[in-house]
This record gives sequence, C-alpha cells and structure tokens, in this order.
Amino acid sequence: MSLAVDIPAPREGLSRRLSDLIVRRRGLLLLLLLVPPLLWLGIVYLGSLFVFLAQSIFSIDEFSGTIVYEPTLSTLVELFSPANFDILTRTVAIATVVTGLCALIGFPVAYYAARYAGPKAKAGFYLAVMMPLWSSYLVKVYGWKLLLAKEGAIGWFAQHLGLGGALEAWLALPVVGGPSLSVSYTGMVLTFTYLWLPFMILPVQAALERVPASLIEAAGDLGAGPGTVFRSVILPLAMPGVVAGAIFTFSLTLGDYIVPQIIGTSALVLGQAVYTLQGTAGNIPLAAAFSLVPILVMALFLTLAKKMGAFDAL
Amino acid sequence: MIAAPAASASVPAVRFAGVVRHFGAVKAADGVDLAVAPGEFFAMLGPSGSGKTTCLRLIAGFEQPDAGHIEIFGETVEGLPPYRRAVNTVFQDYALFPHLSVGENVAYGLRVRGVGRAERERLAREALGLVKLGGMETRRPAQLSGGQRQRVALARALVLRPKVLLLDEPLGALDLKLREEMQVELKGLQRALGLTFVFVTHDQGEALSMADRVAVFNEGRIVQVGPPEEVYERPATRFVAGFVGAANVLSAQEAAALGAPARAASLRPEKIGLIGVNGVAPDGVAALEAEVIDVSYQGPVRRITTRTANGHVIAAAVPAAQTVDVGPGAKVRLAVPLGALHPMEGEG
Repeated sequence: MSLAVDIPAPREGLSRRLSDLIVRRRGLLLLLLLVPPLLWLGIVYLGSLFVFLAQSIFSIDEFSGTIVYEPTLSTLVELFSPANFDILTRTVAIATVVTGLCALIGFPVAYYAARYAGPKAKAGFYLAVMMPLWSSYLVKVYGWKLLLAKEGAIGWFAQHLGLGGALEAWLALPVVGGPSLSVSYTGMVLTFTYLWLPFMILPVQAALERVPASLIEAAGDLGAGPGTVFRSVILPLAMPGVVAGAIFTFSLTLGDYIVPQIIGTSALVLGQAVYTLQGTAGNIPLAAAFSLVPILVMALFLTLAKKMGAFDAL
Repeated sequence: MIAAPAASASVPAVRFAGVVRHFGAVKAADGVDLAVAPGEFFAMLGPSGSGKTTCLRLIAGFEQPDAGHIEIFGETVEGLPPYRRAVNTVFQDYALFPHLSVGENVAYGLRVRGVGRAERERLAREALGLVKLGGMETRRPAQLSGGQRQRVALARALVLRPKVLLLDEPLGALDLKLREEMQVELKGLQRALGLTFVFVTHDQGEALSMADRVAVFNEGRIVQVGPPEEVYERPATRFVAGFVGAANVLSAQEAAALGAPARAASLRPEKIGLIGVNGVAPDGVAALEAEVIDVSYQGPVRRITTRTANGHVIAAAVPAAQTVDVGPGAKVRLAVPLGALHPMEGEG
C-alpha cells in the first residue's frame, strides 16, 4: 500500500450541510423527530379524548333529548344509580377475573419461554402466541360461541370424559352459570381470557428475560429453595411485566362491547352501555361519564401497584 | 497430581476425584482431581474455557458432575442442590437483588434461614462493617459504584459464615487501583476469618499475589498445582510457562547449545541480562548472540525482544533503572544463567 495515494475529501452538498446543522444542534433533531408524533398524540388522540370526556359535565334534557351545555355534576352522579352502578361493578369484576386468569395461565408460558426455551423453541413460542392475533377478532369470538354452545366442542368433550355432570353442576351455580356456557359469565370470561392472553404473556416474558440467571443462582446459593426463590426474587422482578400485561387485559376487557353481545348474558357491561348511550340513546354526556370510569380504575390500579412496590425493580 | 500441603492431614475442605462435566462435545471438566485444604486461599487459574469456572460451579452446586466424586469437608455433595451446601459464592456480576436494599441483600440468606429481624439486621450491619460499607444499609444496589457492589456481594456471602467461600473472578470488573486494594483486603479477610477461599481468575498476577496455592487449568484439566513461587519458577509444562507470566520456551536443542541438559526448558525474561558485544560471560552464564527487534518501556522494567541467529525470539526484561543503549537492529549478547533454565515435561 502506497502512502502517496491522494484520497479526495467527501463532496460537499446540500444534504451534508443539513447534516452539519443537525449534528451541531441536537435540539433541532429532537424537534424534527418528535413534532409529528406529538401532533398526532397531543391533538388528534388526547385532544379528541378530552373533548369527549368533557361532555360528562353536561347533561341531557329528558324531554327534548338535546344536550344542555351547562356545567353540572348530575350526569356523573347518575353513574351511581343502582342500574348504572350495577353495570360498573359487573364490568370491573369480569375484568378482574379475566386479568387474574391471564396472569395465572400466562406466567408459566412466559417463564418457560424466557428461561428454558432454546432459540428454535422460542421462535415457535412467538409464533404460537402471536398467531391468534393475525386472525379476525370477530371470527375468533364466533368460534368461541360454537365451542361454548350446548352442542359445542367443550360440551362434547365434557360428555365423553364423563364430566358432563360437572359441567351441569357448574352451570347450575348462581352468577357464573346459565342455560349454556355460551350465554354465561363463565363463557364470557373464557373468551376474554383467550383473546387477551398474548397481551399478558409478551410483557411478562420480556420482564423475565431481563432477570439475570445469576440472580436466581445467587438466591439458591444463599439457601433459598425453589419456592422461596420464586416468591422473593423472580416474582418481584417480573411484577412490572405482570402489571403491564394487566393494564392491557384489564382495559381491553373494560372497553369491549362485542364479546358480551355475542357470548354474555343479557345484562349490560360498560362497553355496551357506552355503545348504546352514544348511539341509539344519543346520551353523549352519560356515555362520556361511563368512559371516565376505565381511566379512573386504571389510575387507581397503577397507584395501588406502585404502593405495593410492583415497580421497585425498575 | 494433588499436592496437598502437609498441614491438611485432616479432611480436605473440597475434594474432587476424577470429576467430569461435559457440555455436548465440550469437555469443561475432563477428569479433575484436587484437594483444597481447610483455611487455604486456593486459586484456580486458566484462560477462558479452561474449565476453572465449571469447577467452581460444581462446588457451588449449579452444575452436577457427569462422572467423578465431589466432597465438601468430607460430605458427598453430588446431587445436592446449591441451597443444601455450606458454601457461598461471590458472583462475577455480583448478582445483587435490584429490588432489595443493600441491607436486605446482605440479610437475604439469614431471612431465608428464618433468623429474626433484629438479629439479621445486626448481623448484616456487622458484615457490611467488615467490608467497610457501614451505614449503606438503606441504599439500593443501583446507587453503588462497582467496587461497592463487589463489597456488598462479599458481605452477603460472608454473613452466612460459609465453610468455603467461592469467588468467581470477583475483581474482573474493577479498575486496576481498586483491584489491587481489594486483593489486599480479600487476603486480609480470609486470614482474619480463617475461611477457605476458592478463587477463580484468568489473571496470573492476581492468582500469584493472593493464593496459598494455585491450580493452573487448561482444556478441562489441572496441569499444575502448587504454591505461587513453584508454579512461576518451575512451570511443569510449556502451557504453564507461557500462561503464568510469559516465559521464553527453549527447545531441547537450544538448551543443549547453551550447555544445559538437552530438554525443553522455560526461561523467565527477568533472569536474562545484557552483556556488551565484547563482554565476557561469567561462570555458569551462557552468552547468546541476538539482534534486538523491539524495546518497550514498562515502568519497572524495559522489555527487550530479540531474535537469535537461528530465528528464535527471546524476550529479556532488564530493570528500567539500568540504562540500556540499544535500539531495534542492534546486536547484543544475552546473558543466560544456566540455573534459570527450568526443564519441562510434556507439551500440555
């Protein structure tokens, strides 16, 4: 290699001068990067949400059915009328059970994927978890209706496994039972759990991936048996993931109005209430008041989670 | 080749007999025999992949042997999980629990054993005092420097008074000054507590300066065990000579040409002196004609790399205080004391 070769300097041009400007002023780059998403998030997304939620301080004229634009608390108070409050407690209860089931089923799956699966098994795991998300939501819900129906696959299996009696007994229970799984809270919870499970598994798996194997070894080394290691090290460190998953499963269940319509009982849930109120009833203020509830419930949930130290490991 | 010191007539703290651990085709431990005496500071030295860490993990119980026998103070431990062994480990990455405070980290093992709160707080404070971290109980590991984390990891293991303390390259992530400080401190702690330390390192300087005995690992086997002086002065094989303080290795012919027995021999650079081109070598010292390739200043010594007439590269380290007026290309005569040639067996 000769040292005398003349290597030309890179050619000057407009794009290079622009690059100079951006490299020198980091704020400018940040501004360019953030303006589009901030415009979208701030104005289109949050703006419209707040405009809608603000409707809850207005009320509707019972006779004319028009909105009275005078600030009042009466609409918000209306949420606590027995019929409306019933809807709220029912929805929150369903969402809680669904979230609990998702965490219970999702954790072992996520744990396996994070700690034991090799590269091939992990690829298979991602595929298996994500694949249901590729198909239509409605198709899946109708699929579940068929599975849950009296003559459906679940009933057939129960019969052939000699569990027909157990299924009957379960359906005979108050609240969770019903004439068939497909028109019971049990069926609704099962369908929700199926639908939202990937949203629990993925964040929990991501949190578990970040727990170094040496921490688990260290706990064992210090004398902790497997159960203690799980309770004192793995679970606390996976908690942010569980909470993130719970935010998904909880809020998705709180807002859904299609599953209860296709599978649930005739009793309304929050999503259906909002849907009817803003549609056929034209009661936008009450719909907005209902919509406030999931936001408040999530805020409460996160505050509690933080108080209980779920984010200590972050 | 177990050379347990005479003092360990009693039961060894750790004993390996023909221990084998394979990972697929990789023989991480390929028939390891060793005996660590109680109260000994035992270093396992070797390049990465030589099996030293696997042997440490076999003692801790994170790995189980495929064959062979392991005893800790006479008790057979094959098949015992880590939480049933009276040994504790200081991990390379410290493995502090990020969701617990420093005090809770140190008290973790005590809590698991059901020690009451007041008692475990007292013991944790005491252990933290031992590693000079008193008053840091309420901090989080993330708020500490690397050196402090290392001390917390040490306190967490020591608070349980383990029969054997295992240290997996504990100083690897520290900077030089801190590392030297910790070397002195670790050695002091070990002496003060009278514990058995098994220390894994790839740093020969660390092993030589701290250990009572050093086991040199290569390719899943122990190639030499002995006190630091012995391993350094009389390397058993070419591998040990090269790995423990880079030594010159002379072939049998070269050794014979100098007037030494015709066997492959190691020669430490610092044993070699320079004599002027016309100088005369005293008795028992052979003179070797060579051409200087490179001279590098290394603080206490100047390292002079030379090539002999038959193309062999030999390095000499002369005290830097001694003025050496040679540069690349200069002809020199190396003074090789014949007594410094240490004959070696095998090629391993």
